Amino acid sequence: MSATKVAARAHEPFVRIIKKDTISRGRAYMIRALALLASLVAGALLLLALGHNPLPVYRDMVIGAFGSAFVTKETVRIAIPLLIAGLGVALAFKMRFWNIGAEGQILMGAVCATYFALYQYQTLPQALLLIVMALAAMAGGAIWGLIPALFKARWNTNETLFTLMFNYIALECVRFLQYGPWIDPKQRGFPKIAMFEPAARLPKVFDVHIGWIVAVVLVALVYLYLTKSKQGYEITVVGESIPTARYAGMSVSRVFLRTMVISGALCGLTGYLVVAGANYTLSESTAGGVGFTAITVAWLSNLNPIVMVIVAVFIAMLQRGSNTIQTTFKIPLAAADVLTGLILFFMLGCEFFLNYALVIRDGKEKPNE
Amino acid sequence: MSEVGVVQTIMDFFNAAVLAATPLLLATLGEILTEKSGNLNLGVEGMMYMGAMAGISASWLYEAAMGAAANGLVSVLLAVAGGILAGALGGLIYSVLTVTLRANQNVTGLTLTIFGAGIGNFFGELLGMRAGGYASITDVTKSMFNNIEMPLLSKIPVLGKMLFSHDFVVYMAVIVAVLMTWFLNKTRVGLNLRAVGESPATADAAGINVARYKYLATCVGGGLCGLGGMYISMVRFSGTWVHGCVDGRGWIAVALVIFAAWSPARAMIGALLFGGLSVLRYYMPIKDVATQFYDMVPYIATVVVLVITSIRQGKERAQPKACGINYFREER
Repeated sequence: MSATKVAARAHEPFVRIIKKDTISRGRAYMIRALALLASLVAGALLLLALGHNPLPVYRDMVIGAFGSAFVTKETVRIAIPLLIAGLGVALAFKMRFWNIGAEGQILMGAVCATYFALYQYQTLPQALLLIVMALAAMAGGAIWGLIPALFKARWNTNETLFTLMFNYIALECVRFLQYGPWIDPKQRGFPKIAMFEPAARLPKVFDVHIGWIVAVVLVALVYLYLTKSKQGYEITVVGESIPTARYAGMSVSRVFLRTMVISGALCGLTGYLVVAGANYTLSESTAGGVGFTAITVAWLSNLNPIVMVIVAVFIAMLQRGSNTIQTTFKIPLAAADVLTGLILFFMLGCEFFLNYALVIRDGKEKPNE
Repeated sequence: MSEVGVVQTIMDFFNAAVLAATPLLLATLGEILTEKSGNLNLGVEGMMYMGAMAGISASWLYEAAMGAAANGLVSVLLAVAGGILAGALGGLIYSVLTVTLRANQNVTGLTLTIFGAGIGNFFGELLGMRAGGYASITDVTKSMFNNIEMPLLSKIPVLGKMLFSHDFVVYMAVIVAVLMTWFLNKTRVGLNLRAVGESPATADAAGINVARYKYLATCVGGGLCGLGGMYISMVRFSGTWVHGCVDGRGWIAVALVIFAAWSPARAMIGALLFGGLSVLRYYMPIKDVATQFYDMVPYIATVVVLVITSIRQGKERAQPKACGINYFREER
């Protein structure tokens, strides 16, 4: 071995990272399963440190989420908004447009739907009212998503920060309505918006509001849109490489605008389902972090609508199950957020091992050197 | 109102604005440092929660262990250390995931916010349970946050009370802002850091250890966010754990970074402005404009700044060019 080669070898790092070409499906699932297991172990260690036996805690969490028909319905009810907003976010993320504004789009959708629920419930028959509310909500969310997209398309304004700020502008709008023009004069104490009239409430199917059917239909539609339609293909190309999309003759700004309208509309629809199906009123906690959690749901599912169903139900299980362990074990409710965070950290981290391989420096010379 | 009354009100308002501005300033400085390294850490809110909880817990546990022998200075130092370490831990988690494991920055930051808020409220509530109701620190520790009157300077009429009579964290925040301006503009390490945030490939080629800079900047930045959180639980809420105490201040800090155009010096003005807006309603009768619109101003102002900088395409006041994008050497 020549002296220069020895010197070169000394500079070679001990561990090198190389990109994997492909990974078999089974191996990918195994890595993800291991990461999930590791996160549950981390959670268990935390519980152990606090003096709880983790196994009964985990068991009660699952029972608290699926143990009876009643709690199962609650879990589904939590999963619906996560799933639909997740679908909306996934469309934007697929074209590498970082729509962090789902929270605001949900609120704006809810505001538009609430206007009709509060002030037009007498002028329209119920079916029509509910449809108008849904359309208004989608329009509200779409506009809230379109504004940052317009600036992104025209001036390349940073959409992450723009959509983020729009969340809080929407939240203050809701607060303004709640404390001001839409306050319910009949209620005393804390300012609230009135409960919706029965005509403005969504019907139930199998005792859960109809939103779950909407969610299932939307999963199929978004899946088909992304994989089978020309527009879906354009989203993928823009996400992969904007120069390629331009070279292929696509109008990148049109794809941005169109997709953000759909993304915002889906989030707006989420807001409608929350106010008309679950809460029957609008309040500053209507979105309550769903928009942020939906982003993690979308990412965890690898932006795959079908997988998103499982992830949304899983996160909903953690949230519902935490209610139970709060009462039985006196574990603070925030345990749901801690566990969700832990699982996400491990899942985010394990992606690395799907895409890259570690090569440890060996003592041997490579034959072609 | 008499003239003396007006002056008194203005002084009171200014001091309340400083109280509101300090955690914002600390977190903003932390996030500026982080973003200068090319990491857009959206976990500020989470790191502030972690710092708020760790700060008060460190003090409370120390007081509980020592009883009447508790020393205020030690207790406060523990709170400061706890806040900084907890925030830095948040920054470390973020760095491991985005720098080493190359996870998406936006999603990792949001997850850190969910996780940090969870950790803060979880242990905050446990502390409350342990204290039998709610956790609160004693006056021995609290007195350490009393205003420090600067000799002579604080005797200047009006201005003395406004500028030279604050608690030690306020002075600390201002010193950090001044030091950071110097660090980013005048030192080699600071310039290297900016190179990493603007063009990591160039920095790498120049022999700068990109990963080390990103790790350090993000952890120190996280520590500052944690210190800001400590100020919220220990000073703003006078040493009592309040559920959800950070309440969106982390997001205002993220907005402030843009508003201040990534300049620590402008962050001081911005924080005072945003802090002042948040307490204005207690000092000025606001009848016609709803208070919610005052709360909205920081976000609208930030959007306006964001749009203007993007239209002007200026390099001077823009986000570090590689911010939000992970650096992979082999994909150069």
